Amino acid sequence: MKTKAITRLLFLGSILAWLVLVFSDITVLYSEIRQLPPGVPKWLPSVMLNIFILCLFYYYRYQIEKDESLSFTDLLWKVFATGLIATVVSLVFRLGEFLIGTTRLASHPLFKDLIYQINLALFLSFLLSAYTSWKRLILYQKSKWLIRIWLVFELCLFLALWYDSIQITVSSTASTIIIVIIALLVIVLSANMRWVAYLNFKQKWTSLLLLMLSFFYLGYFLFTVNSISAFINSIDPAFQDFGSHIFNVCLLCFVLVYSIFSFLVILFNLPTSSVFEQKLEEVVNFQRISQSIQTEQNEESVYNILLESSVSAVFADAAWLEIESASNGSKFFTYKITELESQQIRNHLKQHHVKGALDQSSDKTKNLSKYLASLKGSRFRSLIAFPIVVKGETIGTLALLKELPEGFNKEMMRIVSNFANQAGISIENFRLMEQAFQTERYKEELKIAKTVQKSLLPTKLESDPDFEISAFAQSADEVGGDYYDTLRINEHQVALIIADVSGKGTTAAFHMSQMKGIFHSLAQQELEPKEFMARANRALAFCLERGSFISATYFIVDTKIKTIRYSRAGHCPVLYYKASEKKTAYLKDKGTALGMVRSRDYTRLVENNELQYEPGDVMVLYTDGITEAKNKKNEEFDYHRLEAALQEVAEKSSREIEKNIIQRLYEFSGTSLINDDYTSMIIKFR
Amino acid sequence: MVHIKRLQEGGADIISVIGEIDASSSIELDLAIAKSVGEGFKQILVDCSALEYISSAGLGVFMSYIEELKDKNIPMVLFGMKEKVANTFSILGLAELLHIATTKPEAKKLADELSV
Repeated sequence: MKTKAITRLLFLGSILAWLVLVFSDITVLYSEIRQLPPGVPKWLPSVMLNIFILCLFYYYRYQIEKDESLSFTDLLWKVFATGLIATVVSLVFRLGEFLIGTTRLASHPLFKDLIYQINLALFLSFLLSAYTSWKRLILYQKSKWLIRIWLVFELCLFLALWYDSIQITVSSTASTIIIVIIALLVIVLSANMRWVAYLNFKQKWTSLLLLMLSFFYLGYFLFTVNSISAFINSIDPAFQDFGSHIFNVCLLCFVLVYSIFSFLVILFNLPTSSVFEQKLEEVVNFQRISQSIQTEQNEESVYNILLESSVSAVFADAAWLEIESASNGSKFFTYKITELESQQIRNHLKQHHVKGALDQSSDKTKNLSKYLASLKGSRFRSLIAFPIVVKGETIGTLALLKELPEGFNKEMMRIVSNFANQAGISIENFRLMEQAFQTERYKEELKIAKTVQKSLLPTKLESDPDFEISAFAQSADEVGGDYYDTLRINEHQVALIIADVSGKGTTAAFHMSQMKGIFHSLAQQELEPKEFMARANRALAFCLERGSFISATYFIVDTKIKTIRYSRAGHCPVLYYKASEKKTAYLKDKGTALGMVRSRDYTRLVENNELQYEPGDVMVLYTDGITEAKNKKNEEFDYHRLEAALQEVAEKSSREIEKNIIQRLYEFSGTSLINDDYTSMIIKFR
Repeated sequence: MVHIKRLQEGGADIISVIGEIDASSSIELDLAIAKSVGEGFKQILVDCSALEYISSAGLGVFMSYIEELKDKNIPMVLFGMKEKVANTFSILGLAELLHIATTKPEAKKLADELSV
């Protein structure tokens, strides 16, 4: 808003200054002709001209220099448009003059002066707009020195502007020196043509046209202004010719020289512009390939971009991209070639036993053009193939074809092979990202499995006047498959189970939940332990995948007849403390784990066992995490250490026994870090 | 870590298992047995004399072949087991399901008997 107001104010200022200039100049001229003392000071017109120039200078500065959105051609267009308006206005006046004809008025010096002033103002405004535009072009890529030179140049112009109007002509040598200095600066500044390189082919043509028209305007105004001033001068020698002011001359020189330089540079850059464009496009394509992963999240888009970019980089007539992947077959991307045609070419190469990148056994770029010559009916005469390598493995081939023989040069091969490499890197990154994502999901799954597993363990164990039970379960980071549970069958019978599912992770937790279901449904049926195992095996046989099994021991404690009946299915042997003998021992019996044998033969492989318990007896149930716990010397905790840990505190409560076992275990392993599942259930009879 | 070697002797494929078999290395064992079966050997002998430890997953591998080998009439005999390893087999009740011998000649003899 503020800049808009300023521009308007400046424009108004310049018009006012110009009006005063015209009025005062005509007055001065009139009084000169009439030999009268002038009504206005003689210096007024030139001072007004300076003010007019300064106002316009700042006007364009706001109009053109501060406008960031203008491109190079926009700048040239602005100059051209200003020139066009100025020329049209000037021509309109010419037409008016022509219509008036050769009347007295037409040749009257005062009228001529008015026309002169109008043309001069238009000419100057055109020059100033060009000046501001050129300034932007010159300072497009600025350096410290360039800015300094420019400042000196502007200062010189400013001095020249006021030197003209003081009207004290010191000497012609002084003005010559100023002109020479400015001319040198102009040449130095005109060497700054970097912007030309950024124009594309079309823009270059536009620029040339615009510049050519600008030359025309310059010529037209130069001619018009000079001819009018010459005419007036012939009538009145005292006429002030502003056109020959040093400032005006310098400005004109600057605009003209820079225009000519630009024109020539653009003209000579025309033939190479396609190369620049090509390079620029390569950079953009390169970026596209490397960024495509972040934006598209899709391997296929990388392949498509690779194909497109490669084709456009080497002007290929056709291309195909074949991606071989073990998981989802091979993918085929084509450009201006049918799959049939490419198949023909590949078959042809195969027949000639060409060990090229096409059969994906080579990791080198190959020029296979010579083999194409023998393929009849093919329109292609050049063929190169590039491997696409991900993590040292060739995952695909990019083949580019041309109808011309010898169509690919080294430079092209280099570019495409860069593209192919970048695509490989992008795909590798993409896969890594995918992997990280997968791992994250797996971790999340494990977390869920762990909570599931925890929730499967009982929160409260059965209690009875005849015995007390305490249990503990510690699991490592991974989800294990340890399970224990108790269930009251009736008033005097309680079922106990301890089980270990082979494997870890979600499947282990899943099998554990199956085991829990089996335990809760079968235990209620008051089955004999062996029958329980047989039925459990039958149920599990079809749920467990190949190679996984569940080891378990199932107990029925009968408090009425003081017996423990149990069946062991591949689980760790029970550690039993006989209070009357003060001795501990592992119960010897046989039994195969659940899920190992799927037939009914299984009944042969498990047995019923029975023992009598007495008050003070202790039964320790555990999983192999305890006996297989290792210390730093890689020794196992083993059965005898577990036995000793029980022996020490066998007379105490189940809770104390449990505590002692855990303590001994940690002492042994030397760390509190768990790397396996420790599960134990201790039953103390009383 | 496990290292598995295979060598053929008198029509039998002898798979030597050296080291420890845990969940991850059990895959190698699985592969070795699968290859042996796939190559059509009539007898498979597993040398466990250098087997230090076997986890439940490793046992699962042997277990998973029991029925397939029975159907194809290929006897698989394990031999030379260390006491600790043998204990693991027996606790799980695999001793009843698998054929286990102490020495290689015994294993070969057992396999020959089973082949008939």
